[in-house]
Amino acid sequence: MSKQQPAQFINPETPGYVGFANLPNQVHRKSVKKGFEFTLMVVGESGLGKSTLINSLFLTDLYPERIIPGAAEKIERTVQIEASTVEIEERGVKLRLTVVDTPGYGDAINCRDCFKTIISYIDEQFERYLHDESGLNRRHIIDNRVHCCFYFISPFGHGLKPLDVAFMKAIHNKVNIVPVIAKADTLTLKERERLKKRILDEIEEHNIKIYHLPDAESDEDEDFKEQTRLLKASIPFSVVGSNQLIEAKGKKVRGRLYPWGVVEVENPEHNDFLKLRTMLITHMQDLQEVTQDLHYENFRSERLKRGGRKVENEDMNKDQILLEKEAELRRMQEMIARMQAQMQMQMQGGDSDSGTLGHHV
Amino acid sequence: MSKGLPEARTDAAMSELVPEPRPKPAVPMKPVSINSNLLGYIGIDTIIEQMRKKTMKTGFDFNIMVVGQSGLGKSTLVNTLFKSQVSRKASSWNREEKIPKTVEIKAIGHVIEEGGVKMKLTVIDTPGFGDQINNENCWEPIEKYINEQYEKFLKEEVNIARKKRIPDTRVHCCLYFISPTGHSLRPLDLEFMKHLSKVVNIIPVIAKADTMTLEEKSEFKQRVRKELEVNGIEFYPQKEFDEDLEDKTENDKIRQESMPFAVVGSDKEYQVNGKRVLGRKTPWGIIEVENLNHCEFALLRDFVIRTHLQDLKEVTHNIHYETYRAKRLNDNGGLPPNKKLCTSLKRSGEGFILKCWEQVSHRQLVLTSDPSTNWGCKSSSRTGG
Repeated sequence: MSKQQPAQFINPETPGYVGFANLPNQVHRKSVKKGFEFTLMVVGESGLGKSTLINSLFLTDLYPERIIPGAAEKIERTVQIEASTVEIEERGVKLRLTVVDTPGYGDAINCRDCFKTIISYIDEQFERYLHDESGLNRRHIIDNRVHCCFYFISPFGHGLKPLDVAFMKAIHNKVNIVPVIAKADTLTLKERERLKKRILDEIEEHNIKIYHLPDAESDEDEDFKEQTRLLKASIPFSVVGSNQLIEAKGKKVRGRLYPWGVVEVENPEHNDFLKLRTMLITHMQDLQEVTQDLHYENFRSERLKRGGRKVENEDMNKDQILLEKEAELRRMQEMIARMQAQMQMQMQGGDSDSGTLGHHV
Repeated sequence: MSKGLPEARTDAAMSELVPEPRPKPAVPMKPVSINSNLLGYIGIDTIIEQMRKKTMKTGFDFNIMVVGQSGLGKSTLVNTLFKSQVSRKASSWNREEKIPKTVEIKAIGHVIEEGGVKMKLTVIDTPGFGDQINNENCWEPIEKYINEQYEKFLKEEVNIARKKRIPDTRVHCCLYFISPTGHSLRPLDLEFMKHLSKVVNIIPVIAKADTMTLEEKSEFKQRVRKELEVNGIEFYPQKEFDEDLEDKTENDKIRQESMPFAVVGSDKEYQVNGKRVLGRKTPWGIIEVENLNHCEFALLRDFVIRTHLQDLKEVTHNIHYETYRAKRLNDNGGLPPNKKLCTSLKRSGEGFILKCWEQVSHRQLVLTSDPSTNWGCKSSSRTGG
């Protein structure tokens, strides 16, 4: 900005005005320049429309060359982790978005080990951040920690499946879970309400901690409060994704064309896509904060506690290993001595021995 | 010997006269009016009418099994197929149903009547299939159940004092529900169908087809058909059992174009264009279940009920049951027949040789079975037949 004359800052109406009220603007400008980072993980069975939804949310095509494997190939496959990063810019604000996909989740006949890969990925990111944070050069720490996990629930079931419950319980202390009902155009409105209620009941029954939107502050305007209330009442969001433009009622909308009608993605009466997008955008900051303040701190304290004990165990192990190795050495020395004695006896014994090796046929 | 019922054991001559819902071309050289007194007319064709009357009086059994993950609309579809509340859900609508920890088999029987014909319909549900975290071998209870029904029938058949009409609990048809992911089959689907297509007639069905647009539907169907073919899964109607050219062309068309049927089920009615139709009401339109532009439910219904119902029972009896029986006799030390020879002999009508062999094997089966059955002591006094 241009040279500031002190006179400019003195507001004639408030003589005590210092000017640090301008601080948020400075922070804002700096953040805008720096850009934002956000990592979103999507988990769910194949065929629930995860990729389509991500493409719809961010109006891009994150998976241009996708090959969908057949069932026979899926039998052999284990869960993979695929992270794709895309830089989106809107009105000068840069967002570096990483989407972590988990193909193979829920496909196998036996899904017991489904989530090990995913949990170890999340822990790895925490570990890396912890390492960087404790390092010497802390200027450019790249934050790859998973800030939010969209968990896709199948609309075909009657609620949560055993796999859903097990997975969410395994990660609810590591990442913010946002449950999403996929392919919502399968359900009539009544079925949708019933399913949402059922899912919320089951989440409560199993004590699963999903991400809760923070209540609007009392000094926010009514619109925002109302919006937050609506958002909270719609969890879990039931969404439909699509990037195809369909002609409906004279205008082009993103949607899905059926013989019986058109499902519009951005129509709040058809599905909760807009609500999900609003929630993600307006709470991106909050999701990052909760990841930092709650999940990361949990991980850090666990890790450091464990870290101390681990060193002791290693020392003990070393001693044990040394003892064992010495015992083995002694045993081998004894064996060699015995063999030598035997050989000597044989050489001396010669033909008089019965059944010696040399006379076998 | 001859019982005149569709599910009787076939005697060579009788098998051709078993009534079929598919109309056969009329035999020429007979006057049009049945009551005509013209020379040359005997009246053999009235046997069809006699059989029809008999069937109407005695009614017939049909056992249909539904398999698939929970929530795919199995019970709703069966209710829609038979236009009555025949499924497990109907008898005890429990909204708080929990997923059972193992696969259960629940059979519910109803008698439905239409046009004077009584059908004893049994719907066999399999809750818990494919719902666990570890679904290894979850098809085993189902396979066991099917084999148990064959065993029951076999035991009744082998009895010396047989019942006039053996109650038929064998599974005639198994509807397998494929989840409409839009991608491909799931590994569990492949494993199940591989194991069970040899034991029972499987009809794969794509559930909740209102999830997919028309292009997605046809792509998915093509993909599924290809996968089934590549993995050697023979679903009903099986290619190897097509009897003649007419059957083959009809079934080929069904196999290559319509199957697997993409269906939508509903038991609620709505008003559309002045008529009441079964459907699902959504904010963007009403999905009509019986509208061929919306889904293929009508095709499935016609296929299972209106054209191939009798054939399903026949294939179950003549092929799957006979396979089981031959295996059982094999295991009991009976003379091992060539299975294919056995079925082809039966179909071509050279039953006599087969009959002699069967009597011998039956005696063996009877003798080596449980002595606890009441004829056990009688048979010990018999010598070879």
